[in-house]
Amino acid sequence: MAKLPTPEELVASRPEFPAQSWFDYKPKFEAGSYCYPAQKPTMELMHMPNPHDWDPAADDWNLPENWKEILCDAFADRLAKHRSLKLFMDICVRCGACADKCHFFLGTNDPKNMPVLRVELLRSLYRRDYTLLGKILGKTIGARELDYDIVKELFFYAYQCTECRRCSLFCPYGIDTAEITAIVRELLHEVGLGIHWIMDPVKNCSLTGNHLGIKPHSYKEIVEMLADDCEDIVGIRPKTPFNERGHEILFICPSGDVFADPGIYTFMGYLILFNELDLDYTLSTYASEGGNFGSFTTFNMAKKLNAKMYAEAERLGCKWILGGECGHMWRVINQYMDTYNGPTPAHMQTPVSPITGTVFENAASTKMVHIAEFEADLIKHGKLNLDPSRNDDLVCTWHDSCNPARAMGLLDEPRYVLKHVVNKFYEMPENTIRENTFCCGAGSGLNTEEIMELRMRSGMPRGNALRYVQQKYGVNRMCCVCAIDRATLPPLANYWAPGVTVSGLTELVANALVCKGEPKRTMNLRQEDLPHLDEEEQGE
Amino acid sequence: MLKSLLVVALVAAIAWLGASAGLGSLFGVVLPYVAIAVFLGGVVWRMVYWAKSPVPFAIPTTGGQEKSLDWIKQAKWDCPDTKWGVVKRMILEVFLFRSLFRNMHAEMKPNDAVNGGPRLVYYSSKWLWVFALLFHYCFFLVFFRHFRFFMEPVPACVGFFEMLDGMFQIGAPRFYMTGGLLFCAVLFLLLRRLANPRVRYISLFQDYFPLWLIMGIAGSGICMRYFTKTDITQVKAYIMGLVQFHPISAAGIDPVFFMHVALVSVLLAYFPFSKLTHMAGVFFSPTRNLPCDTRRTRHENPWNPEKNFLTYPEYEDMYREAMADAGLPLDKPLEKKSGE
Repeated sequence: MAKLPTPEELVASRPEFPAQSWFDYKPKFEAGSYCYPAQKPTMELMHMPNPHDWDPAADDWNLPENWKEILCDAFADRLAKHRSLKLFMDICVRCGACADKCHFFLGTNDPKNMPVLRVELLRSLYRRDYTLLGKILGKTIGARELDYDIVKELFFYAYQCTECRRCSLFCPYGIDTAEITAIVRELLHEVGLGIHWIMDPVKNCSLTGNHLGIKPHSYKEIVEMLADDCEDIVGIRPKTPFNERGHEILFICPSGDVFADPGIYTFMGYLILFNELDLDYTLSTYASEGGNFGSFTTFNMAKKLNAKMYAEAERLGCKWILGGECGHMWRVINQYMDTYNGPTPAHMQTPVSPITGTVFENAASTKMVHIAEFEADLIKHGKLNLDPSRNDDLVCTWHDSCNPARAMGLLDEPRYVLKHVVNKFYEMPENTIRENTFCCGAGSGLNTEEIMELRMRSGMPRGNALRYVQQKYGVNRMCCVCAIDRATLPPLANYWAPGVTVSGLTELVANALVCKGEPKRTMNLRQEDLPHLDEEEQGE
Repeated sequence: MLKSLLVVALVAAIAWLGASAGLGSLFGVVLPYVAIAVFLGGVVWRMVYWAKSPVPFAIPTTGGQEKSLDWIKQAKWDCPDTKWGVVKRMILEVFLFRSLFRNMHAEMKPNDAVNGGPRLVYYSSKWLWVFALLFHYCFFLVFFRHFRFFMEPVPACVGFFEMLDGMFQIGAPRFYMTGGLLFCAVLFLLLRRLANPRVRYISLFQDYFPLWLIMGIAGSGICMRYFTKTDITQVKAYIMGLVQFHPISAAGIDPVFFMHVALVSVLLAYFPFSKLTHMAGVFFSPTRNLPCDTRRTRHENPWNPEKNFLTYPEYEDMYREAMADAGLPLDKPLEKKSGE
């Protein structure tokens, strides 16, 4: 990996707008500006159309001979399938309100990263083929004919958008660039263009049940190891039910939580919490992925990967599903799952918390509850014995992940939980949180190493806001409910606000949770000494 | 930018010269009739075109706290979960430009005192909202005022509004605020497009064209009222003729009037084929017009494909032995090898 510039250098190196019109300047494919392409065997295995070997830096992308026809036909097909696409092609007035709302634009100052221009790349093609004036006046009114360079341009900018929907919040007509990016990516997959970092997890998820390709026996082994760690820390070994029939709840979280630091601490948190509640639940090795990298390729792929959840709930006879902390997983669950793979299996019921009796009417159709809602409800009913002082070494801030914020509206539930499990909490500046939140800069499958500098750029708004609370309040921990965030924010924090660490919500819940009959706790889930230990010893 | 100005100037000049040369009925009768037909037919056609494509997924942008637990306060206006709530959200959007009101401006401070380095700072930025609102409302009110010409007798509410509009009683004839403000607001939108380098970079012919047109329309209207003092009784009689489908002779009417009518006609005819359809389109926007109740109510996709995924039995077939070794429950037990 190339050496990163300092934050000051990075900010100063954002170029001015080019002198040429946007029709004339082309993106430069050089190392660090693009993600590695999906491999041909992977694409073949997933039955993707036109799999082939290609190199983004090469002139020739080895597209199928009739690439133009394929793309034009696919575009027509998507226009017929999505009203949003037609509408967003027609009604933009180019007011520019979206321009400086995009973290990629703020970080790169590339005009084509202004959401309006990102969509205009496609809109210019639409004008030429679908509007009378575009046919007659052509370039005068911004109409272009599809050519090889435009395919490359679409690829370049469709993978410099994290589908975070921040622009859609500010657009007076609600034009959602995430929708356009999703459809452009879908079009590109028609001619065999995808990226490795997305397609490989898709393959894994499809064949082993999770993105990381953890096979059932290894999955069990890893979870057992984490349960051992829990025992070392809490003094009680949490139960680890796998693929068991007849439980009330099926629990599904992103597989990143099982595998990657610091997500594993969140996973340990789930185990400790469920054990303390004596929750009637099971894990599944088959539906061991809540995340959905398919949703970064095509709608149908998202449906395919998502289908396992209801299928497994049906097989195991679970009444409802509890979902772990993940961002795009919840975009899919909240806005797509029921449409894709519903209605739910007949025996599933509107979720009811077995501990508090609360009926989750808001999940009456999907039968799927977010862990933050579940925990907030427990705390509200006084069902958890919490000692927030165990987290006193932490000065926390809350990062709203894009999808839970702008595609779900999960804002106050996690805050309520966090405020009950930590004593020190500070919000980042108000224009960077809640529905205004900024992306970590690497969502939607862009969390790959080869574009690290680009990620630091697109993460600049988030990084700056984090540094602000770090400097002002001494914040040393950023919490979030997103597994991609838990992977992408540590390098981001390390770059923009060194010293700030990252964790999920449930990790801190389990730190503070005083379990029934537990011996005196001396360590947090990271096996670091708890704060106040010395004082207590002195007191004794 | 200049091309679009040229086109508008050309339309105005042709209409003015044509009317002066006695072609008043072409610019005063044929053109407005055609334009209105194209406008009505075009807008309906455009809406049908949109409606022909389904809304496969419910994708509202949640602009605040969702409806979840009873004791958590929902952002009812920005994250509505009921049909009536959506109506309220749309009213805010259409009448008060809610989303544009959120607008803020990001600015990089290279040496922020707190950050000890670069920091993006966000400032409230309401000018676009103010002028967009001003522009749309003034345009509407000016249009509304014109019912003085389209109806006989003049409805009382039109007369009342005219009185309000001219309440400062400046000059004779009295100055109508809406006309002047409309002109100013359009001028602001135009200057913003030119002065803001980002907006200038994205602006196309069709972004300037309607602005020039509307300036031409407002300008010619103001000119008729305050400068050339067009004979209003004559114009009213002429327009009533059009309204009642009995056009009368255009002889003797100020040519500026025909310029005004021609520009309005071009705007109407252009409307359905341009970004101006945002007026109808905003009602169709799936990120705004759907309730945020997507976990409570199932949204159906008419082209939802068949399910096609790795089923559990297939999965178990792939890993049965390893699963058995790990002590994971199996649906189909491992066949015992012969001899054991």
